[in-house]
Amino acid sequence: MRTSFKFLILILSTSFLFVSCGNKGNNSNKSALNSSKAEKVYVAPGEHDSHYAFISGGYSGNLTVYGLPSGRMFKEIPVFSQFPTTGYGYSEETKPMLNTSFGQIPWDDSHHPDISQTNGVLDGRWIFINGNNTPRIARISLTTFETEEIIEVPNSAGNHSSSFITENTEYVVAGTRFSVPVPQVDVPINEYKGNFKGALSFIKVDKETGRMGIKFQILMPGFNYDLSHPGRDKSHGWFFFTTYNTEEASTLLEVNASQNDKDFIAAINWKKIEEYVDNGGGTKMPTNYAHNVYDEHTHTATSTMVKEVLTVNPADIPGAIYFLPTPKSPHGCDVDPTGEYIIGNGKLSADLTIHSFSKMLEAIENKKFDGEAYGIPILNYEDVLAGSVKSGGLGPLHTEFDGLGNAYTTFFISSEVVKWKIGTWEVIDRKPTYYSVGHLTIPGGNSRKPFGKYMFAMNKITKDRYLPTGPELEHSAQLYDISGDKMELLLDFPTHGEPHYAAAIPADIIKNNSKKFYRLDENKHPYAITSPADAKVVREGKDVHIYMSMIRSHFTPDNIEGVKVGDKVYFHITNHEQDFDVPHGFAMIGANNSELLIMPGQTKTLTWYPKKVGVWPFYCTDFCSALHQEMQGYIRVSPKNSDIKLSWSLDGE
Amino acid sequence: MRLQNVLMIMLITLFVSCGGGEKKDTSNNKKPAKKAAVKKTVTKTVATKKVKEEGIVDLNNKGIGPIKSVELTETIDKAMADKGAKVFKSKCSACHRTNRKFIGPNPTGILKRRSPEWVMNMILNPDEMVKNDPIAKELLMKFNGSPMANQNLSKEEARQVLEFFRTL
Repeated sequence: MRTSFKFLILILSTSFLFVSCGNKGNNSNKSALNSSKAEKVYVAPGEHDSHYAFISGGYSGNLTVYGLPSGRMFKEIPVFSQFPTTGYGYSEETKPMLNTSFGQIPWDDSHHPDISQTNGVLDGRWIFINGNNTPRIARISLTTFETEEIIEVPNSAGNHSSSFITENTEYVVAGTRFSVPVPQVDVPINEYKGNFKGALSFIKVDKETGRMGIKFQILMPGFNYDLSHPGRDKSHGWFFFTTYNTEEASTLLEVNASQNDKDFIAAINWKKIEEYVDNGGGTKMPTNYAHNVYDEHTHTATSTMVKEVLTVNPADIPGAIYFLPTPKSPHGCDVDPTGEYIIGNGKLSADLTIHSFSKMLEAIENKKFDGEAYGIPILNYEDVLAGSVKSGGLGPLHTEFDGLGNAYTTFFISSEVVKWKIGTWEVIDRKPTYYSVGHLTIPGGNSRKPFGKYMFAMNKITKDRYLPTGPELEHSAQLYDISGDKMELLLDFPTHGEPHYAAAIPADIIKNNSKKFYRLDENKHPYAITSPADAKVVREGKDVHIYMSMIRSHFTPDNIEGVKVGDKVYFHITNHEQDFDVPHGFAMIGANNSELLIMPGQTKTLTWYPKKVGVWPFYCTDFCSALHQEMQGYIRVSPKNSDIKLSWSLDGE
Repeated sequence: MRLQNVLMIMLITLFVSCGGGEKKDTSNNKKPAKKAAVKKTVTKTVATKKVKEEGIVDLNNKGIGPIKSVELTETIDKAMADKGAKVFKSKCSACHRTNRKFIGPNPTGILKRRSPEWVMNMILNPDEMVKNDPIAKELLMKFNGSPMANQNLSKEEARQVLEFFRTL
């Protein structure tokens, strides 16, 4: 016992020594640290990161905001999932955001964010992201960092090849991963072949407001449409989609959808289809989908059901769609910044396949076809091939570009990132990732103007990289410096959910437009009160509307009486702060939903069903001032048949 | 540093120095009928308790912030004061009453205690004021560490509020 105690003392004192020595070393060795990896990712307290990264939250249904190079998470933006932290999807104003033709769906699987562009350059106005499971596309404002719009996509299933946008944000696409009967019908599943369709939806984006509307849907053959990318620069006006399961199997796809040596990249001339549609082409089909819009001034969302969609049959627009044969079950579909090269990453192939846009046009011009599929011409593989990268890796997934003539491709099976040169197809560098990398992101790396400098890989498996936290770890991202010839791994950082893809952008493009608070005099919420003098409680039958205001550190009113069991109580609460970063929370005992977190100048509504007689407290959840704990109030709940009059007060007033 | 942190420190100081001794008795929650009566007396005692000596009065202190000098006209500009009343109602009345001490001080007669510049700087730059201005620091403690919220008034609005204060 004594010996072990002594031993412990010895160990402790030694470790103190180490700690203090280490510190000294750090201080006296500053010049040596200048080249260290730690310094490259270190953002000193109070200093800001140089880039924003928006990482999809996968099965969290949300979008997370990170700083680069620090890898610090700043915010989770609720998109497709209810979010108790702020009350998104629980408050009366935001419930309509999650409305669909199936009713309210409080979750989705968010995959691929993409930032709006002007002339092929990221403009930082909005970010779009797809809900994969119940097909939806969301638009998030990058001034408020709030989800402003969600549009459901009919005739789709597994909305995977989205949400990628054209270079002036003309369209955001939503391509179906799973083909389904269109319109839906009760048929034997083994009658898939030839009967199922793959809908590729082109959603028009309003230049000024960002408002979305499905302009047309192309009803493609029943393949699986995996990923997509718009043309750039010279190929602007085209969109490219990878396909798999060109076998049109409906069972055990792992085997049956991997039979063909080559699948296709579908090249779609959307300008031609747009022209066709603008001239009255296409067929209107009855359907039913939700279009949900959040208004920044009323702080309220509305959901509208749309009853019709314009569909386009590829056979009706000859010359608009072609298939480029691509080995083998390609996942990523990426276009280089010049728009000339279309890179197909065959998951089951070791090599990358690069198609040439100009060779494609030439082959089309000369009508050099190698057959057709459902009336869509198939081009000759050799005729459109620009080259291939013989990588020696396994399972290429996704490619982005640094703007200096280099491309970076992830390899899922061999867990690495490979850097190669566009044009010579020569491998320049390869670095391992830990482990099983999916997508990677370079700021602006899928646009006409990549900003380079950093690349981060998003990995599916994290084991051994962090302290263990039970059977599951958060997935990891790994940040690389790509400013030199060789990639340099700088940092591991955890991500939330299953991050599928990300978009990143220099902070300067966004931060100055970021909203600090909502102006009270612009608050058009129908239940807002812009002065505490307007606070009131109104009974309409069994509905009780409480018009309440909050500011550090009290609610007005904070005593409410005359509420009865069986009532439905609406708390309409306006935050009267007009200062950055001073939200207040509102939590009600026994509320069957969540709290509210109300931004400065904003109004939100919580519904509460008083079920028990008594006096029940509510309070502010956000530590707002020294007297934060005193920010509370009471509601007296009387029996159903009570005749106590509705009354309210603050400090006897 | 965030205001909240400053306030945390002040809260701690408060607890240390006062030990919560000023808090009133709250053990009276038995019969609803009696409760109301008890409550009223408690409110009254609190009200009388809180009538205290005025703190620092310094008409030369212009405060810290964007306002360096303010010229007041001989007579009150009524139109401006009316605008100020509206701004006050919407942005300030949550914490200030013109007839009594409330969450924050009663602005009635404020120009007898503070310079017009100080008043506007307190409105426009409260974060720095409560950190560095002696009067504002004193007030923060006197008002239980309740921060003066920065309501992001424009200079023009702050001037209107000041004119409104002259009518009180």
